Amino acid sequence: MTLANSLRSQPDARGHFGQFGGRYVAETLMPLILDLDAEYRRAKADPAFRAEFESLLKHYVGRESPLYYAERLTEMLRQKAADDGQPECGAKIYLKREDLNHTGAHKINNCVGQILLARRMGKTRIIAETGAGQHGVATATVAARYGLPCTIFMGARDIERQQPNVFRMRLLGAEVRPVTSGAQTLKDAMNEALRDWVANVHDTFYIIGTAAGPHPYPELVRDFQSVIGIEARAQILEAEGRLPDMLIACVGGGSNAIGLFHPFLDDPDVAMVGVEAAGHGIESGEHAASLTGGSPGVLHGNRTYLLQDEDGQITEAHSISAGLDYPGIGPEHSWLHDIGRVKYVPVTDDEAMASFQTCCQLEGIIPALESSHALAAAEKIAPKMGKDQVIVLNLSGRGDKDIFTVADVLGVKL
Amino acid sequence: MSRLSARFAACAAEGRAALVTFVTGGDPTPGATGAILDALVAGGADVIELGMPFTDPMADGPAIQRANLRSLAAGTTTMDLLTIATAFRSRHPDVPLVLMGYANPMVRRGGDWFAEHAGAAGVDGVICVDLPPEEDQDLGPALRAKGVDFIRLATPTTDAARLPSVLEGASGFIYYVSVAGITGLQQAVQGSIETAVAKLKAATELPIAVGFGVRTPEQAAAIGRVADGVVVGSAIVELVGEHGDKAAGPVRDYVASLAAAVRTAQRERGQKENAA
Repeated sequence: MTLANSLRSQPDARGHFGQFGGRYVAETLMPLILDLDAEYRRAKADPAFRAEFESLLKHYVGRESPLYYAERLTEMLRQKAADDGQPECGAKIYLKREDLNHTGAHKINNCVGQILLARRMGKTRIIAETGAGQHGVATATVAARYGLPCTIFMGARDIERQQPNVFRMRLLGAEVRPVTSGAQTLKDAMNEALRDWVANVHDTFYIIGTAAGPHPYPELVRDFQSVIGIEARAQILEAEGRLPDMLIACVGGGSNAIGLFHPFLDDPDVAMVGVEAAGHGIESGEHAASLTGGSPGVLHGNRTYLLQDEDGQITEAHSISAGLDYPGIGPEHSWLHDIGRVKYVPVTDDEAMASFQTCCQLEGIIPALESSHALAAAEKIAPKMGKDQVIVLNLSGRGDKDIFTVADVLGVKL
Repeated sequence: MSRLSARFAACAAEGRAALVTFVTGGDPTPGATGAILDALVAGGADVIELGMPFTDPMADGPAIQRANLRSLAAGTTTMDLLTIATAFRSRHPDVPLVLMGYANPMVRRGGDWFAEHAGAAGVDGVICVDLPPEEDQDLGPALRAKGVDFIRLATPTTDAARLPSVLEGASGFIYYVSVAGITGLQQAVQGSIETAVAKLKAATELPIAVGFGVRTPEQAAAIGRVADGVVVGSAIVELVGEHGDKAAGPVRDYVASLAAAVRTAQRERGQKENAA
């Protein structure tokens, strides 16, 4: 039963968020997708499942993650507002510290949930796709924790760019399989994971890394990531005695953003901003902003906004941040965009790079390049809000993995 | 009677399976595809599947993936494919033509647009790999309204509980994907194919065509003894990859070898001879 007048009751039983979502997969996978859906309903209703999930989040992932008041960042932006003749402006910025999780990002929340589902379903082999390697590392981590063999599909080009994460995955016992088809990046890795899955449905569980793919993945990934928003809600109530005025998160597939947003969707006074990667700029055509620069279509099991040409051929995404370098977005974001509940804004590579350095220098936190997109949006928005207003920003991951990319941009040889 | 039904009925009347052949449209170029389709017909193919290229063919193996890339690199558009189909229809008024591909290129301009243009181009049926019955609304009603068959896929994972929903709204024929996997790699064991075809035939009057991993005349003949159709794709696509715009001759000769095998293979008795 769905709640009337709630934005939190999506998707419907067929996995549709308005016109988005659904189950666009080959017939071979359909029975398995239906099994997964049924098993997920049972798991959700099972207190033992919930208890095991929460125990792992606490003792293995290290939750809850802090909600940290970024005082110097706030002060810097207040000074900027004052310099612009608006001394009463500059919202207070809190960072939800997902970067402090085990493996360094929010990705692990979802992997913990999915590996428990895999075990419930009796699956004995794990596969996953990865772009930058963060989801691959998180998947390899939980597979090691439960002693299941694990194969990670990764574009050959991404393997070149992300050697440290490739080595991490191998240390954790995973096989990293290079994908040489297409542009050899995340989209192609996902195609190859689907090809493997279709040939190994009997024993294999596919841990999808973002809130996308065929139903029930967008729903279950969101539910596992909602721990972010549930914690943030309690934490901000404790810190400020009220709900925030705005939430900000970066959006690639959009799992960290939907995890933060979802518990607040029915709070009309909480504004939400999803930050898409604008790469070299929307007008350059080299970006990864599916909502700002794309249109609805069908890819990887769901209907959603995609970067595509007039014939429905998928076009290559570009972002300095490998985790946002994907030509689609989770279907719930497409729906939230269309109904206007969440505002989605683009941030370029250069803007993200600048905010990356600002965060390092002012807060002593090296943010992921993905999260730096959210920081860049906050730097634009906060100086236009009142001093009494509050922003919660999801610092979705730490930037250790990005130091080689950043060094390259800064012209530093490591 | 539709061209597909008529052709399957004619093959059944001859006591043999239909030979269904696949090539990717626009491979190596849109201009070269017509001659390759003619070679399929000349070699003795009964039904032609014209693949619509897609950037992300996630159910296809390496051979058809490469064909998709070659086609897209040659600049093949949806309009090119419709033009190829229209020209084929005028050259071969009686040979059934099926468009096969992925959902996104088919629904890009709306299901109605696609159905109307496919119908107008003389296309008899559509196979959409990633549009299961659960998402029929995107294409099924539009195709049925235009009299274009929506050909559904059944697989080794399609169980008895699910089969009725696969068959509902299906027409033309049922494409039995004989292995849980991607195109062009391993072939299923004959026994499992026979069991699966028997189950499908008990549930539908539609002809059953079997594909995935069929490459040799012997394999085609073996399947032809138990099914209403044999589908061969990757092996032909590999010939196109090898010979490029000179592929028509080799394709014709190869298809002729399959056609001869299917024609000599006597179908087992006890099956419904008039499947249509």
